[in-house]
Amino acid sequence: MLYREAGQFKTSYIADEAIFPIAQDRWFVIGLIVFAFLGVPLFAGQYLYTEILIPVLILSIAAIGLNILTGYCGQLSLGSGGFMAVGAYAAYNLALRLPGTNIILVFLFAGFMAMLVGILFGLPSLRIKGFYLAVATLASQFFLEWCFARVKWFTNYTPSGSVAVNRIDLFGYPIDTPGKTYILVLAITVVLALAAKNLVRGWIGRMWMAMRDMDIAAEIIGIRPLHAKLSAFAVSSFYIGVAGALWAFLRLGSWEPLAFDVNRSFQVLFMIIIGGLGTILGSFLGAAFIVLLPILLNQLPSWLGIPISTAMISHIEFMLFGAMIVLFLIAEPHGLARLWAIAKEKLRLWPFPY
Amino acid sequence: MRAPSEQDVAAGEVLLSVENVSLAFGGVKAISGVSLDIRRGEIRAIIGPNGAGKTSMLNIINGFYQPQHGRIAFKGRERSRMRPYDAAHGGIARTFQNVALFKGMTALDNIMVGRTLKMRRGMLWQLLRVGPAVREEVEHRRQVEEIIDFLKIQSIRKVPVGKLPYGLQKRVELGRALAMEPDLLLLDEPMAGMNLEEKEDMSRFILDVNEHYGTTVALIEHDIGVVMDLSDRVMVLDHGVKIADGTPDEVQSNQAVIDAYLGVAH
Amino acid sequence: MEALGPVLETLIGGLLTGVLYALVALGFVLIFKASGVFNFAQGAMVLFAALSFARLAEFMPLIVAFALAVVIMIALAYAIELLVLRHLVNQEGIILFMATLGIAYFLEGFGQTVWGSDIYKINLGLPTNPIFILESVFPGGLLIDPAELIAAVICAVMVLGLAIFFQVTRVGRALRAVADDHQAAQSVGIPLDYIWLMVWAVAGLVALVAGMMWGAKLGVQFSLSLVALKALPVLILGGFTSIPGAIVGGLIIGASEKLAEVFLAPVLVRTFDLAGGGIENWFAYVLALLFLLVRPQGLFGERIIERV
Repeated sequence: MLYREAGQFKTSYIADEAIFPIAQDRWFVIGLIVFAFLGVPLFAGQYLYTEILIPVLILSIAAIGLNILTGYCGQLSLGSGGFMAVGAYAAYNLALRLPGTNIILVFLFAGFMAMLVGILFGLPSLRIKGFYLAVATLASQFFLEWCFARVKWFTNYTPSGSVAVNRIDLFGYPIDTPGKTYILVLAITVVLALAAKNLVRGWIGRMWMAMRDMDIAAEIIGIRPLHAKLSAFAVSSFYIGVAGALWAFLRLGSWEPLAFDVNRSFQVLFMIIIGGLGTILGSFLGAAFIVLLPILLNQLPSWLGIPISTAMISHIEFMLFGAMIVLFLIAEPHGLARLWAIAKEKLRLWPFPY
Repeated sequence: MRAPSEQDVAAGEVLLSVENVSLAFGGVKAISGVSLDIRRGEIRAIIGPNGAGKTSMLNIINGFYQPQHGRIAFKGRERSRMRPYDAAHGGIARTFQNVALFKGMTALDNIMVGRTLKMRRGMLWQLLRVGPAVREEVEHRRQVEEIIDFLKIQSIRKVPVGKLPYGLQKRVELGRALAMEPDLLLLDEPMAGMNLEEKEDMSRFILDVNEHYGTTVALIEHDIGVVMDLSDRVMVLDHGVKIADGTPDEVQSNQAVIDAYLGVAH
Repeated sequence: MEALGPVLETLIGGLLTGVLYALVALGFVLIFKASGVFNFAQGAMVLFAALSFARLAEFMPLIVAFALAVVIMIALAYAIELLVLRHLVNQEGIILFMATLGIAYFLEGFGQTVWGSDIYKINLGLPTNPIFILESVFPGGLLIDPAELIAAVICAVMVLGLAIFFQVTRVGRALRAVADDHQAAQSVGIPLDYIWLMVWAVAGLVALVAGMMWGAKLGVQFSLSLVALKALPVLILGGFTSIPGAIVGGLIIGASEKLAEVFLAPVLVRTFDLAGGGIENWFAYVLALLFLLVRPQGLFGERIIERV
């Protein structure tokens, strides 16, 4: 009864192609965004901001990036960590060597540098496919990791190998509380997510999906593989680079190359598998899942009343991640996003059973 | 797009000419010294037993295989080493024996993808999706809806193509090829696996495409009845060699063709 | 002539390591050959096998520990087939690959939960005193680690045995049929479940031997599974379906990596003022990448002809 489309006639193609063609969806999402901006700050405390909201939002951006490359365009990449590192260190070096640069420009620069590197490491994808490409992306991952650990210029010759940034300000306005950081990250995330959604529902998104589904047929209808694949690498790396810079500046504050190692790459990949390959919503759901699960697990000892060591917790985390991946792939390969869509389908018919 | 006139077909403005091509894979000779010409506005059939090289012929025409010998000229210009996407941009579209649709997308999206080579608004416009970008999308959507109406697949446009029955998939694939507004349409066994009713529908569509849109058609088909009804001219291949070329009547009464392929009616 | 000494020494060391890489890669090849699945969990299997063996060997004779470890790996293979593979029979390759990714993570967590996460030693009673060869040619002779040498011999024997097995026996032929086409193999009566079980069990056995050898060399710890990642460039060079390819690939990767670290790294450090070498981390991968650009199917892999 609540969730009905009856009476909602799309009278134009524009209406049919809207992001949320069903009015209830539209209101729900608008409401959610308004709530995120205005409602959350009313009750959220530091923990919620720094441990849940900010990480989920930033990782969602990375997940959207990888989803574009792997979920929409079908190019499997295990190099997300390395590209996040490029973004982080590009931002760091710009802020260091041109102090006073507007922070938005710094983040854009980070994305742009990551994009360049992404295009470079994406070139092999023109010859290499599938698992081979995955191994090639591992080459980029390990090489970039090594670069930032060994090429001293990147870390400004620090003896320890780790770098730190100061508190940032936005057009002179200091971002010095978790609440303000959250609003900034939220704004960036909403803009980037909207842009990504626009991209994937237009011809570029369709082109990517065509490459994914059958690259030979795509070529035969006039899609140039070079254009399709490199554009996917470019956009994807941009997003991942921005996420890396945000992660470094607004979540970590100080970091070393290890923060962007191959485990990070796997983490982002898991997000999009669990969340739903080839969906923007799935990127958010997957990021939330990956961030929340360890937090819930950490509460486990106190709930059960048994002491469990932190090492054991991390082992259990691994087990659960692994098991969830397998479970999702067997039961619902399209991830949480599909489960959400199915739930909505059921809701459309509710209270009628069919 | 206007229908071809009688003069066009009869006078024979040659749209595609394939001269003396040979194609071999390793030691296997798929095609040996075959020449073929296709006139603008006609429906040309390529028939022959399995393994005769018919699909390879189409693959050469749309740039998927490069022949070792021979020349190909399209719209009067000779081409060499053409990639499939060049053929597409040049005005050649095709369908496949095994339905090469994009299984992860809906029927509508599959046909919309066919419009890709006509899309102009680039990355920046797409990110913002305002004004010109939206107008372009809507305009192409309008064109695609025309094709959907033409092929009578309105009811299934939002269905993921993987879920469609075979006959409808073939129709969607035809729609995707039509969306490219091709000069030359290559159809590889468009009626394979269809029942009588579906074949009649598909025949009508092919005729309509040829008459209404003026598209030149080259098709491979095993159903001789269909071939003889639809085509203006027929070429017969056997073991990679041309054994006959002419009007349906001429070919049907050609002894070599009867021996190799048609058999004698009892 | 004298200058060649260090080069040869490094080369031999690299080749020996390469044989060990080849053994890990072999596990991948077996599973890929027989089921078309790229088993990302091979590394985790190596770690799990090594952990099991190391812990069991703490309180029972080596032979018994080995036998028990074999049983455990077979049970693991059975569990993977039952819980995961059976449900993903007709899915695309990428789904199966991601499932093995999940299995890998699960195994790593599970192994350390059950057996603990300290560093464990494996003492196989291998001689540790370095051997010196060719003392007449090079002053002081070339140093060879006997443990590595023995490990390499054991690995070589295993590799040879498996290669013969695949070529000659009926089971081997059936495995090759399955690799080509699951459904077709099923339709001629090859029992898919049983075949997959066998293959994963053999891969488990290979993982166990590899784990024992690597564990004896490095100690059994978490980073062992990263070593297994190194097998990927081996597979690229050697092809995913070729046993001789895995050997040759392993040797090439092992040797070039070692040579690069010892001779190339210092040059790079000096030229670019780097903080230390460590190009072993990426050299193999970049080598594989460059190789792929030239020959996308690897040295021994089959040329993929696209047919429409």
